[in-house]
Amino acid sequence: MPTPIVVSDVAKNFTMHLRGGTLIPVVEYVNLSLKAGQCTVLGGPSGAGKSSILKMLYGNYAVGEGQILVNHNGDYVDLATADPRTVLAIRRETIGYVSQFLRVVPRVSALDVAGEPLVLRGTSPEAARERAAELFARLNLPETLWELPPATFSGGEQQRVNIARGFITGHPVLLLDEPTASLDANNRAVVVEMIAEKKKAGVALLGIFHDQDVREAVADAIIDVTRFATPKTA
Amino acid sequence: MTDQPLLCVNGVSKFYGNRIGCQDVGLELWLGEVLAIVGESGSGKTTLLNCISTRLPPTAGTVSYRMRDGQMRDLYRMGEAERRFLMRTDWGFVHQNPADGLRMSVSAGANVGERLMAVGERHYGNIRETAEDWLGRVEIGLDRIDDQPRDFSGGMRQRLQIARNLVTVPRLVFMDEPTGGLDVSVQARLLDLLRGLVNDLGLAVVVVTHDLAVARLLSHRIMVMKDGAVVETGLTDRVLDDPREPYTQLLVSSILQV
Amino acid sequence: MTIHTDDGLATYNFAYLDEQTKRMIRRAILKGIAIPGYQVPFASREMPMPYGWGTGGVQVTAAVIGPDDVLKVIDQGADDTTNAVSIRNFFAKVAEVETTTDTATASIIQTRHRIPEEKLKEGQILVYQVPIPEPLRFLEPRETETRKMHALSEYGLMHVKLYEDIAKNGHIATTYAYPVKVEGRYVMDPSPTPKFDNPKMHMSDALQLFGAGREKRIYAIPPHTDVVSLDFEDYPFEVQTFVEPCALCAAHGVYLDEVILDDKGGRMFVCSDTDHCEKRREGGHRGHLAGDARETAQ
Repeated sequence: MPTPIVVSDVAKNFTMHLRGGTLIPVVEYVNLSLKAGQCTVLGGPSGAGKSSILKMLYGNYAVGEGQILVNHNGDYVDLATADPRTVLAIRRETIGYVSQFLRVVPRVSALDVAGEPLVLRGTSPEAARERAAELFARLNLPETLWELPPATFSGGEQQRVNIARGFITGHPVLLLDEPTASLDANNRAVVVEMIAEKKKAGVALLGIFHDQDVREAVADAIIDVTRFATPKTA
Repeated sequence: MTDQPLLCVNGVSKFYGNRIGCQDVGLELWLGEVLAIVGESGSGKTTLLNCISTRLPPTAGTVSYRMRDGQMRDLYRMGEAERRFLMRTDWGFVHQNPADGLRMSVSAGANVGERLMAVGERHYGNIRETAEDWLGRVEIGLDRIDDQPRDFSGGMRQRLQIARNLVTVPRLVFMDEPTGGLDVSVQARLLDLLRGLVNDLGLAVVVVTHDLAVARLLSHRIMVMKDGAVVETGLTDRVLDDPREPYTQLLVSSILQV
Repeated sequence: MTIHTDDGLATYNFAYLDEQTKRMIRRAILKGIAIPGYQVPFASREMPMPYGWGTGGVQVTAAVIGPDDVLKVIDQGADDTTNAVSIRNFFAKVAEVETTTDTATASIIQTRHRIPEEKLKEGQILVYQVPIPEPLRFLEPRETETRKMHALSEYGLMHVKLYEDIAKNGHIATTYAYPVKVEGRYVMDPSPTPKFDNPKMHMSDALQLFGAGREKRIYAIPPHTDVVSLDFEDYPFEVQTFVEPCALCAAHGVYLDEVILDDKGGRMFVCSDTDHCEKRREGGHRGHLAGDARETAQ
């Protein structure tokens, strides 16, 4: 099976133009690859750049240097230099993402929020809602909330909508940014189960998990991000 | 979906005497894609929008459009009759002030039906049925179909303007601050409605806004303008979450958090 | 050719206007005939009557009239109203032409708001007095825009007006100045004639000329031209019908005016075309109030 993502020599820093052009280094020489059917976990303390790496892999952060080769519909595409249209196509077809926070859209129901990635891939809205409902039920999201826009949901409820939205499709790559942070033990277990199913289905996962139990339950490999840290030049 | 862009803008500049309206702007837009042009007042975003939408001939540069027959055509080399026909069938233009885009003393139904009549629809019953359908889609009660927009609220007027533009199912819609001047809850409703319609119809949209929240919610791509020039362009969430240019960083950091 | 008035004080060029002006107007008329329904701008002159009294029609008539012409002038179908009488007298004086009230004898008929009931013949000219020549005016006030709309045949707006009519009244309530499309091209305002007369414009044997003095426009429908009243497929164009016949001449299928007889609600409907009505009565036709009317008149 081809390697779904190969990251080579990626570097990232932020230039804070509003603070006199201060350069904030994040990571450099990031080299990693994901394997189909495996869950790779990014480890290391806060601020080590775990989230930044995940965001670069999703095209959400610009890549400073290096390559992120993504197997997109059989071809390798460099996400670091891909044009916006290609990035959107990769998100639609190849890379799924569960973010830490749900960006709420006014007036759209939880079912439609979770079903949207399927609709974007051509599934009918009805079928997408059905599939979203199954996931909601599994994640124990109270049924009274399904038809409501998630804006007023609690953190845990919003997170479950987000997880359903990320897991609903069959993307070959799934990025998880602390999906279990505000969940109780019960629902954490459900997510662990869902990750196991994704692995079985041959999905390559890359995640950040602060919760030790979850990390141990899902990780096939742990990459300590501190090794990508940019040496401090004092 | 074809791999040809719907709209190609090349080196478009507009000078007002010595003053720069916009300078050397290029962009490509595909069907189903929403492009937001953001920037502060006077940054040239409306000038650019007008140049692209043939409402203001640029000083230099070309704007070409892929017609329904697949031909790429230079809009400013087209005859006026053809251009105007294009504008009222395959294009839409949503003005910030609905009064600029509506006939204020003609009923809501006729406002929606006008484009149909302009392309030769001559069956009153069909026109009315289509108008009813579109009023429903923009959430205007059917009991208001015979009322004039001067009796409508700002939000309703804006929704009516959208229906009036979309009734011929255009492929490309230009929007100039579509939510400007509306209060927040009305804005949210309109944005959600626009988002739904744009997705359902697979429109290509160029939306000019100074409101980054509007850009984030509606657009796939963003183009940041300052002093008539494009300073940064890219995927909307990339530009807003990881702004690279000093001006973009300033713009993003100036958003008030609720 | 110069006309001397009886008192010998004033002298006029034939038909009041100078020859240069008449040529200018004739050029406009010819252009109008060449482009049926198209509004041709012309340098409208001051006439010895106020705007709104038919200065456009008078200038057109003055440009086409010759010494051998026979002129008839009607106002709302009547030969005997102030406007009709004074214009007839005007030309009798400045062109010394023969005048008539008989539709068939007239070679030029100047009209305000009616087309005679009697079918017009080849060789006759019908001259309309037009207050507002632009049919799109009330929907699109910008003249620059309406001209462009005519140029590009963008006439959707005209149907917007008819749509509004149906939406408000359940039927097309426009009863006069009902827009027509001429020879499949230009949408034209037929002047405020009742829509009853619209079918008479279609394929007419006579030449129809339209003059708008204040608005400085001339347009024309040459003989045998296609003139179609705008409508919707499901709301087709219809003319007014009258339940009763003319109270004086018993004519059916003609345009009737309502005449109030007293202050107790008494009224009658009579032919708007006075010449037509008189001829029928001379021919022995009698409406149910014909006797009374004669007594009243005497």
